Amino acid sequence: MAETRFFTFASPPRFYALAGTLIPWFWAAAAVLAYAGLYIGFFKAPTDATQGDAYRIIFIHVPAAWMSMVLYMVMAFWAAIGWAFNAKLASMVARALAPTGAMFTFVALWSGALWGKPTWGTWWVWDARLTSELILLFLYLGYMALVNAIDDTRRADQAGALLAVIGSVNVPIIYFSVKWWNTLHQGATISATAAPKMVATMLTAMLLMTLACWAYAFAVVFTRTRAIIAERERDAKWLNGATS
Amino acid sequence: MIWSSASEFFAMGGYGLYVWGSFGVTALCMAADALIAVKRHRSARAPQTGENG
Repeated sequence: MAETRFFTFASPPRFYALAGTLIPWFWAAAAVLAYAGLYIGFFKAPTDATQGDAYRIIFIHVPAAWMSMVLYMVMAFWAAIGWAFNAKLASMVARALAPTGAMFTFVALWSGALWGKPTWGTWWVWDARLTSELILLFLYLGYMALVNAIDDTRRADQAGALLAVIGSVNVPIIYFSVKWWNTLHQGATISATAAPKMVATMLTAMLLMTLACWAYAFAVVFTRTRAIIAERERDAKWLNGATS
Repeated sequence: MIWSSASEFFAMGGYGLYVWGSFGVTALCMAADALIAVKRHRSARAPQTGENG
């Protein structure tokens, strides 16, 4: 067991208890951050000179789009760890991430369509950014369908990991699509190398909403991971003694 | 304050349908995702009543 000591800290019973303690705090953080973000976004941030109030969709669109990409990379990472090191919990976390990632991908597409209609005059275009984000949704759905279709849990985890890892090439394509192709979608609003092209209140609201989405994602993914652990270890003695 | 009345706030400068359509559906999706996860955990912890699965 000596060579697996690192992973023994990620044993399902330990994780189950730790996540159970952390989940209420993530919910509290999500609520406070969302309240602050929505307040600043709707009551402090000024109306945009060119887009009017339609631009306020950015406060959910950009955080959701970021989450859709980040959660996919996290999912592929844990799926790969679960496969490479035969770490069961890592594979369970990957499974738990998929529905929340798919939900944020749908939200990014949905809010994008509702933003596109008044500003571009169309709900949808087959533009590189939009198309690659749609492919991301299909990757999430494909991953979920695949791991649920195979009865042997570990084989399902391995097949899912293969799909998740191969599909991860799509994430940089989404991110750089606005640079690589001449797209209708605008370029990055926030970049590490340039000053933000937004006023401070708009930027603050967007970042608070992003942090709220992070906290939410932790709360929901941890809840789902605990559900998966409980389903698999139904008959284990430790679970009956664990607090719900 | 940038809004002079509640109706002005809800109108969102004529973009109310788009803005509230985005935030409303987002709230529904986030609530549904969370509720499904919580229910799944609850049913996994519930005492078994003899059914399979």
